[in-house]
Amino acid sequence: AGQGGEMNTVLSRANSLFAFSLSVMAALTFGCFITTAFKERSVPVRIAVSRVMLKNVEDFTGPRERSDLGFVTFDVTADLQTIFDWNVKQLFLYLSAEYSTKNNALNQVVLWDKIILRGDSPKLLLKDMKSKYFFFDDGIGLKGNRNVTLTLSWNVVPNAGILPLVTGSGHVSVPFPDTYETAKSY
Amino acid sequence: MIVSSALMIWKGLIVITGSESPIVVVLSGSMEPAFHRGDLLFLTNFQEDPIRTGEIVVFKVEGRDIPIVHRVIKIHEKENGNIKFLTKGDNNEVDDRGLYKEGQNWLEKKDVVGRARGFLPYVGMVTIIMNDYPKFKYALLAVMGAYVLLKRES
Repeated sequence: AGQGGEMNTVLSRANSLFAFSLSVMAALTFGCFITTAFKERSVPVRIAVSRVMLKNVEDFTGPRERSDLGFVTFDVTADLQTIFDWNVKQLFLYLSAEYSTKNNALNQVVLWDKIILRGDSPKLLLKDMKSKYFFFDDGIGLKGNRNVTLTLSWNVVPNAGILPLVTGSGHVSVPFPDTYETAKSY
Repeated sequence: MIVSSALMIWKGLIVITGSESPIVVVLSGSMEPAFHRGDLLFLTNFQEDPIRTGEIVVFKVEGRDIPIVHRVIKIHEKENGNIKFLTKGDNNEVDDRGLYKEGQNWLEKKDVVGRARGFLPYVGMVTIIMNDYPKFKYALLAVMGAYVLLKRES
């Protein structure tokens, strides 16, 4: 009976310790989340486009139709320092082009992305960047399109909590040429 | 009593979030460093929520059971709301066209199980361990059963 009593004490102490640690961790996690849940996460962004070119080729990334393929060279400046806090693990940045065509009322294409972890340099100073991903339209809607808007956005990934998508304030509108470039290179 | 309350909470979550799986465990490393195997994601699936680039969606490929959690990188939406979109894992070099069905180039709203809105690290590891090591699952059940029995006795 004595041995049974000891075992029970050890087990019940282990159980209480486990339950207590779990509660503390849960409280800290919730604290992390609630202290940053309503924070403003947008900052001003400066985007400039230095070169635009348009081709029309078969979309080799998937749909095998002749589609408009855009090439954009851009600069991006932003200071993301104020977004980072104890509950931000990383920012997933993405530069997207948004425009309207006859074929589709809304098109959005991510041209470039970057991951910034907490601890990495939060100041963005990019010049003469080429797009990372192919800018294919679903059709021929880039030709002569006067209103292709580039914006920089980021997905805030917390240690625990909400995953908001935030767009930086500041965008640039890019008019695309009326003619296709026939030269081989960009 | 515990089982029925757990079931009620689960069913309630399904209704509130509009998603058939309001909580999913991350199974692969294709979204690292944001999400790792074992992390937990909280989803919503409101039909009025438009699908936009940058969003993290959980989708199922037609004919396959396993949900995939990746980011939307391209959308083309018609005036009537019909949308086709492309996804890619942050940690993958290429987009998901290799994961879709043969000949499928785009995903549609019907493929979406939910949108990732919230995140909790590590907590889902338990379900992965129980899946990969069934002996652990039985051992855990045995320990829990033993604990209930022992408690009653004293």
